[in-house]
Amino acid sequence: MIELKDVRKSFGEVEILKGINATFDTGKVNLVIGSSGHGKSVMMKCMVGLETPTSGSVIYDHRDFTHLEYKQIREVRKEIGMLFQGTALFDSLTVEQNVEFALKMFTNMTPAERRDRVDFCLEQVDMPGINQKFPSEISGGMKKRVGIARAIALDIKYLFCDEPNSGLDPITSRLIDELLKSITEEFKITTIINTHDMKTVFDIGDDVVFIYEGNNEWSGKVKDIKTSGNEILTRFIEASQFH
Amino acid sequence: MLWTFYLVKKIVGLIFTAEMNFFNQFGKYVLFIRGMFSKPEKLSVYIDRTITEMSNIGIGSLAIVVIIAVFQGAVTTLQIAYQLVSPLISKPVIGSIVSDSSMLELAPTITCLVLAGKVGSHIASEIGTMRVSEQIDALEVMGINSSGYLALPKIIAGLIMIPCLVIISIFLSNAGGIFAGEASGILSSEEYLQGARASFLPYNLFFALIKAVTYAFIITTVSSFHGYTTKGGALEVGASSTKAVVYSAVAILFSDYLLAQLLL
Repeated sequence: MIELKDVRKSFGEVEILKGINATFDTGKVNLVIGSSGHGKSVMMKCMVGLETPTSGSVIYDHRDFTHLEYKQIREVRKEIGMLFQGTALFDSLTVEQNVEFALKMFTNMTPAERRDRVDFCLEQVDMPGINQKFPSEISGGMKKRVGIARAIALDIKYLFCDEPNSGLDPITSRLIDELLKSITEEFKITTIINTHDMKTVFDIGDDVVFIYEGNNEWSGKVKDIKTSGNEILTRFIEASQFH
Repeated sequence: MLWTFYLVKKIVGLIFTAEMNFFNQFGKYVLFIRGMFSKPEKLSVYIDRTITEMSNIGIGSLAIVVIIAVFQGAVTTLQIAYQLVSPLISKPVIGSIVSDSSMLELAPTITCLVLAGKVGSHIASEIGTMRVSEQIDALEVMGINSSGYLALPKIIAGLIMIPCLVIISIFLSNAGGIFAGEASGILSSEEYLQGARASFLPYNLFFALIKAVTYAFIITTVSSFHGYTTKGGALEVGASSTKAVVYSAVAILFSDYLLAQLLL
């Protein structure tokens, strides 16, 4: 479980996050929705430690991530997998080397064991047999799947996905959604997805946090989203033509 | 009067801002270097990366170093001969001047200025591209010290390979000098070597290596820093690459003067 307690983040004079409180449960697909520029990505960066909150706490299973020593932060980060919007695959490494990367850095697995684990992860994302290809040789959808395989290579507890469907066609987008849902359930991890794609929300979401102008405007179950009574959220859903 | 006061105030303000920017950047540079030195996540991976970088920096730059060194020695020989047209000066003096200049200044400084362009821009653009495509963020999220993982192997490789390239450059400068002397009929190889041997001081070679190590550190750290702190997109990667080369070159020239003042 991940908790956010009054997380604030400012860049100079501009306050982007204005005291976010939220809880993300284990074994669920937690969705963070909201329009572009309202602080979703900044919130995710604060959660994984790529940005330091101006104040407040991010708590990973009772560990206050924001106030840990650098060494302890690195230990928590080994439990985190992240799928970036642009996939962020290492372009000088092959698909196999990308997925193998964390295993090589943090485990004492033999090369054969690592290869088995890589094959397992690539099978999980339905991408077997592309081990020797470079990221530049595969499509956007394939890159996303390899990104997920890399994220789950270690036994992670938390999976973060920043706009996993951006730039993908509807069919591939649906496949990625299903993949994230099945991985969350199979490995019992806490998955947090940043999106403004309402189809993703209704297809795979369990819990939703709606961010508006740096505030947690509404949070609750996906099934309650249409009856939330929140005017801004209702407008957001209407604009996405999923009402 | 008021106009002059306003102008002076404006100029002082600009100088002050530039100075503050310099100290701000220098502070960040020092913190960047300090941040690299943490316990490696896996030593074997770092060693592998260092060997790869040694090949990139050393073998990858060999051709340009060879070409520059040979021509540098040849041209210096011809120009020294042109300037020393006196029956009172013996021909071996030409060999003596060329070999000493090669060792003390030309081979280390010119080679490293060229390497600042070749190696420096490569390092800055490689790390800068990784920054703007979120690959460095991916390393950080995995719990890897990204500055150490990316820059440290390059710095160690530079510190090992650039002095080797400078030694090769010294040797080939002299070879170029001998060739030019023979080809133009100005002086024979025996006369060149006689002069070179007569003026040879082991300390000069030591000084050249001190310079090479200093320049290697400047090239690799300044370029890594500029790549690592890139913000934006493709345009900014290009700008970082240019900055890396310019700042490295200026720092090399400044330290060249400082080392000569302190050690000679």
